[in-house]
Parts: sequence; C-alpha cells; structure tokens
Amino acid sequence: MSVIAPKFRVSEFLRSVLDNIFWIVVILTLVGIPLLQIILFYVPLPVYQGELINPFLTLTWISHPELALPLVKAFLLTDMFRIMAFPGFGFAALLAAGVIFVERKMLAKLQLRVGPFYCGKIEGILQLLGDGLKLISKEIIIPAKADKPIFIIAPLLFVGAAAAFVALIPVAPGWVVADVDLGLIGVFAVIGFFPIITVLASWSANSKYPFIGGIRALHQMVAFEIPLILSLLGIVILTGTLNLSEIVESQTNFPWIVFLPIGAIVFFIGMLAELERIPFDLPEAESEIVAGWLTEFSGMMYGLVQLGSYLKLYAFAALFVVLFLGGWNGPVFWPPLEETLIHEGETIGPLTVQTPGLPIFSMEFFSGVIWFILKTAAVIFFILLPRGVFPRIRIDLLLDLGWLKLIGLAFVNIFIALGLLYSGVIGPGGLM
Amino acid sequence: MSAKLPPGLALQKVDERIMTLNVGPQHPGSGHMRLIIQVDGDYIVGCDPDPGYVHRGEEKMAEYRNYITNIPHLERPVIHDSCNILYPYCLATEEIVGIEVPERAKYVRVIASELNRCVYTMYWLAIYGIFLGHSTMFMWPAGDRELLIDLLEKMTGARVTHAYFVPGGVRNDVPANFEDVCLRQVNYFEKRIKEYADIFYNNPILIHRTEKAGILSREDAIRLGTTGSVLRASGVDFDVRTKEPYDAYGELDVHTNVLKEGDSLARSKIPWMDMLESCNIIRQALEKMPKSGTVRTKLKPNPKGGDVSVYKRVESGRGSLGCYIVSKSRPEPYRVKLSVGSFRNLIAIPYLLKGEKLGNMPAVYWSLNYWPVEADR
Repeated sequence: MSVIAPKFRVSEFLRSVLDNIFWIVVILTLVGIPLLQIILFYVPLPVYQGELINPFLTLTWISHPELALPLVKAFLLTDMFRIMAFPGFGFAALLAAGVIFVERKMLAKLQLRVGPFYCGKIEGILQLLGDGLKLISKEIIIPAKADKPIFIIAPLLFVGAAAAFVALIPVAPGWVVADVDLGLIGVFAVIGFFPIITVLASWSANSKYPFIGGIRALHQMVAFEIPLILSLLGIVILTGTLNLSEIVESQTNFPWIVFLPIGAIVFFIGMLAELERIPFDLPEAESEIVAGWLTEFSGMMYGLVQLGSYLKLYAFAALFVVLFLGGWNGPVFWPPLEETLIHEGETIGPLTVQTPGLPIFSMEFFSGVIWFILKTAAVIFFILLPRGVFPRIRIDLLLDLGWLKLIGLAFVNIFIALGLLYSGVIGPGGLM
Repeated sequence: MSAKLPPGLALQKVDERIMTLNVGPQHPGSGHMRLIIQVDGDYIVGCDPDPGYVHRGEEKMAEYRNYITNIPHLERPVIHDSCNILYPYCLATEEIVGIEVPERAKYVRVIASELNRCVYTMYWLAIYGIFLGHSTMFMWPAGDRELLIDLLEKMTGARVTHAYFVPGGVRNDVPANFEDVCLRQVNYFEKRIKEYADIFYNNPILIHRTEKAGILSREDAIRLGTTGSVLRASGVDFDVRTKEPYDAYGELDVHTNVLKEGDSLARSKIPWMDMLESCNIIRQALEKMPKSGTVRTKLKPNPKGGDVSVYKRVESGRGSLGCYIVSKSRPEPYRVKLSVGSFRNLIAIPYLLKGEKLGNMPAVYWSLNYWPVEADR
C-alpha cells in the first residue's frame, strides 16, 4: 500500500492550527494554572528591596528597565541560572555545539573536503540544527525483543550522567554548580556510571552487535578508569585537596602540567579512551560491529546519546584544564572595563543606560572565563585531532595499553609527585 | 534428526559459547556479500563466505551478443577497472577473428590499463582506510582518484565505464595534448601517493593492527590458488605482465613488487607499491609510444571466428584476470568464461580468519583485494 501525500488545503490547515490552539488553551488552563498555584503555595517567594517578588510584580518590573536590571542580576545569582545557563548545562551545550561544528570543519579541511556548506549560508553553521531537527522528526524504532523500559531510559541516563559531570566543573572563581569538597572523587563517581549505562543500553537492545559493543565499552572503560584515577593522585598529593576550585587556585603560579607532564599524558590518553574517540572508538567500530552499542538507537534516542557524548567531551576537556592547565588562571588581557560602566552606567547619545546595583561580573570573572574557554578549546582541538590521523586500535592492544603501560606510567607520575613534595620543591617553603 | 542428510550437508554442533554473526550483506564492513562468522568471545572460530548477491549472468549474456556488443556489458562487474576486465576479452577476440593491433594502440592500451589499475587501487585503498577506522585515508584516495579519472575522461569520454578497448585496438585516439597532461598528472599523483606512507603505512597503530594479522604462507598462497597482490605479498614473484607479457609490456621495464611477510600489512602495501610502479610504466609508455598512427584496426561487421577456443589473461588490479572464449563459427561467442582474481582470492578468507580477533576481520577481509561484484560476475 502506498501512502499518497494529502493535497494541501488552506481550510484544513487553518482548522488544524485552530485545533492546536484550542488544545493548548485547554491543557494550559487545566494543568498550568493548578501547577502555578501549587508552586506559589510551596515555594517561598524571594524578597528583593523590601518587596515580595510575585509573578505580577515581575511582569511590572520587566516593563521598567531600571527595575528589570536588578531582576536580571538577582536571577543571575540564583542556583537555577547556574544549573541551566552559565557554568551548567547551557554553557556546556553551547560549547558542545561549537565542538561539533569545529570538528566537522576541521576534519574536512584535514581531509581536503569542504564539510558542511549549504545549511545556514555561512560555512554551514546551521548544519547541527538541521541534523537535530532531522533526528527529532524521525521515528523511534524499538526492537521487538528489547527490554523496553531500560532501553528507553538508557539515553536519558547517559545525558543525565554527562550533565552531572558538567555540574562539577568550576569555570570561574566561585562559578560552579556543585562546589563539593570531594569534587575529584565526585567526578570519578560520575565517570563510573558510564560503563553501567553503556552495558544496560547494549544488553537491553537484545541484539548481537550492540551486545558486543557494550562488552567492548565495558572492557575499555574499566581498563582506562584506573590509570585515569591514578594519574590524578599526583596532583592530590601535591595540593592536599580534592576540591576542584582549590586545585585551580593552587596553580596561580604554575600549572601542574609543568611538574607532572607524565600524569597529563596518561590522563589525556585515558580521556580519549573514556570518550570513545578514535583511535579508541572500538565500542562504535563501524566496520566491525555496525555501530556498536548505538546500533539499535534511532531518532532522538541516538541524538540524546550524541548530545551526552559531546557534553562528556566538553566536561573531560574542562577537567583537564582545571587539573593540569590552571583553569581560569592567566594574565588579565581583557581591556579592563571602566569603573563607571560597571557601577553607574554608560551614556550612549541622549540615553543613559543605568546599571545600578552590585557588579556581578568582575574583571577577574571576564578574564577567567575567557582563559578557561581558550584552554578548553585547545584541549578539545587535541582531542579531535587524532580522528583525522589515526586508525582504530585493536582490543588486545587497547587492554595492554590500559592495564600495563598507562598504569605503569601513572605510578611513575606518583613517584615524581612524591619526589617533588619531599625534596621541598613544591609545598611549604618551596615554589608554591 | 536421525534422518539421513543429503550429501554435502552436515549437522553442526551448537556450542553455547559460540555466537554466529551475519556480517553482511547489510553491514558497513562487508561488500555485497555475506560472511557468516562464528565468534568465541573475541576470537573467530569459523568463517563461511557467502558471495553471490550481485550475480548478473554476464557470461550467459555474452552468449547472445556479438563480439562488439559484448563490450559495454562485460565491463560492468568492475566499472572502476573496466579497461582491465575488457583487456583479455579483446586479446582473445583478436586471436579468434585474426586481426593485428596497431603499434600505437598497444601503448595507448597499456597507458589506459595502468591508469585504470590506479583508479581501482585508489578506490580499494579508500575502503581499506575506512575499514580500519582511518577516515582521512578514505577521503584522500577518493579525492586524488579524480586526477586519473579526469585523465581517463579526456582519453575515453567517460568517467568510469569507459568501454574503451575494442577488438583491434582502442575506440578512439587520445586527444592532442594528452601526453603533456598525462605526464603532469601522473607525476603529481605519484607525489601524492608517496605522502600516504606518512599518514597510513608508517602509522604505528596501523602497523600494530595489521602486522601478523591473517598470515598466508607462501605454500598456502600457491595451494589455494590466490593471485595478484595476495600472491605477491606472500613472497611469490608472479605477475602476468612480466611472466607472459602481452601487448607492449614486453618492451617496457616492469618491476614486480614482492614482500615476504604474507600478513595484512604486506597485502595492503603491495597494491600501493604497484601504483608507484604503474606511474613508472606510464612514463615509459609515454616515451616509447609512436607519436602518430592509427589506433584501431577496423573489424568487419559481425565478425565470425572459426571453431577455436582461446584463453588469454592479463594482470588486473586484483590479480590475474583470464578470459576463455569458445567460438563455433557464429557471430556470437559460444561460451565466454571470465576467471577473475577476486573469486580466487576469496577462497583464502576462511583460512585466514580462523583464530583471528574480531577486530581484525575488516583488516584481513579487505586486504585480500576482493571485489564482490567482480567475483559474482
């Protein structure tokens, strides 16, 4: 039976639009208003300048620029902003989208191609959007014999774990979603979830190729997690803290890569393996096992896994920057903003744009964020580069590398750290 | 299952540990064929190649067409090596009909055949690259291949299916400034493929992966009847171009590349070395080619042969490619049999893959220089 596309009729189109509007109004009234009431009942409204901020007041403030600015600043200080926008998910997703674009264009240049070109007129910058729309509009096919609940939930778990990883990364002084004292251990707790999610996803698909891919992913991630953890032990020994923000602050003079280059190399290789990037993309090896553990995912489920893996890529690169490259530390090269601009406002022609209230974004913040983004971009570049240069490694060589060579190097790194500590080069009375 | 099985079939004991994988025909790591692979953990314990998905009955079709109209469809099995697959057919037909090829046509044929070998090998190399997960090695050969395709387009008028060789010479003469353009393109091409060594053949990961993977010993290579690059990678000095020179190859200095290792690395290196050798041959042929003269001896309409059978073979991109024609004094050949290198190399797959790791499967499979469409014919 062939499906013939119905002819376009204006009347039917208008009717469908009206239908949609009707249902939106009905659902919003039936669900939205009670929900709003419940939220208003339970959530204590914040007080700002002696006034209770309720939704109506908010609407009033938005129409007054002098009042809207403090509102924006108050919003910038909330946890919600941190989780959703700046050091959290939004920032990471934006960087991840940039990474995908840069990866495609860079790889294309390396391979004497053009890469994305048409979508978005300028060098195909909207290609990602197009791909996303395509993935959303695709049908989600679940294998008949799959374990449906686990199969459906696995991509969500993957994105969730990646987002949790992002939450632990400090981007600027004081700007981190979760400032945990045991931050480094938290990071490894989150990393430890990925093999489990991968195996769940592959096993629940109830198919041969995903199963092989999942087992490979399990082998690979477990083999590389140990050198990954050991390579960071040197930093913990030298700084005496597990808090990521404090580790960054300890690198104001020298980044740790100067003293612990072996640790940095081990961490970088382990990172590539954890991210399943070429040359360690065995769990998704196309020519061997179709698409590995992603074989049965279709539509937006695949899109979610991809989103998760790019978030993970950003998070790992940021972790490398935080641990080895000194995080946000760096000379203030941003031309300093004038004090008047921050505190009083700026006169543009006849208009004076007032920015009253406290300056949230200090000079340190701007400089720190720019350094952080630059360093992260550099690390991401080096993560992407092997894809154009190396073929895929084989599983026995991979396990040999993970269990033998990298662990050995990680121990060498620990002894170097101990040597630095006891010889007094670093520590009290030493360099740092 | 106590019933007596028909001859040729055997019951297989099913082991709980063994997983059977159907690699193909809808698998990114197979061609138009299927490999039934049994894996125990990560090790392949059995492999059963299953070709035949693209069988087109070319040989049967050739029995209903006359000697000239056979040309366009006989090149279909390997459209990117179409000159070489037509070569033995043309040689055999010339002997049946009894015509001589002009001297210039012999050299033009050699040039076209060598260019086409490079075009084929670049395609093969591109797929070998992507099979090993090296995406740059997919894009570079696919791009550099265009150089030679443009050159062949200038010669023949078509990018892939040239239908250029005809009994009695070639279809048309080369364009006026062809020699200069060809020399320039070939020199640049040689420079480019020498760069592949840096990114691909000297890559430590590639060497780790393909070295000692799927070793085919010299004795086995001869016993299994493999040919072409597979045979030469196992240390056998055999090349139809030098052993049984045809057309102008006898007057050219052709060097045969032989490696002794017999592993996937050697098998993947030989075609690349052959491409460098092809560049040498093309340069020599351009130098020695008569600068003028006809390139085609016209056949009579509907030529008939006598009651003879002729076998001719040439060296194609995949090894020795033979064509056996039986003529029964009719305008159509009574029987055309193509003996292709792909099918002869395929036999080695079960022997090579047994005991290998699953990750080596694409590396070994594609190193056999196998083209599924040609094998099915």
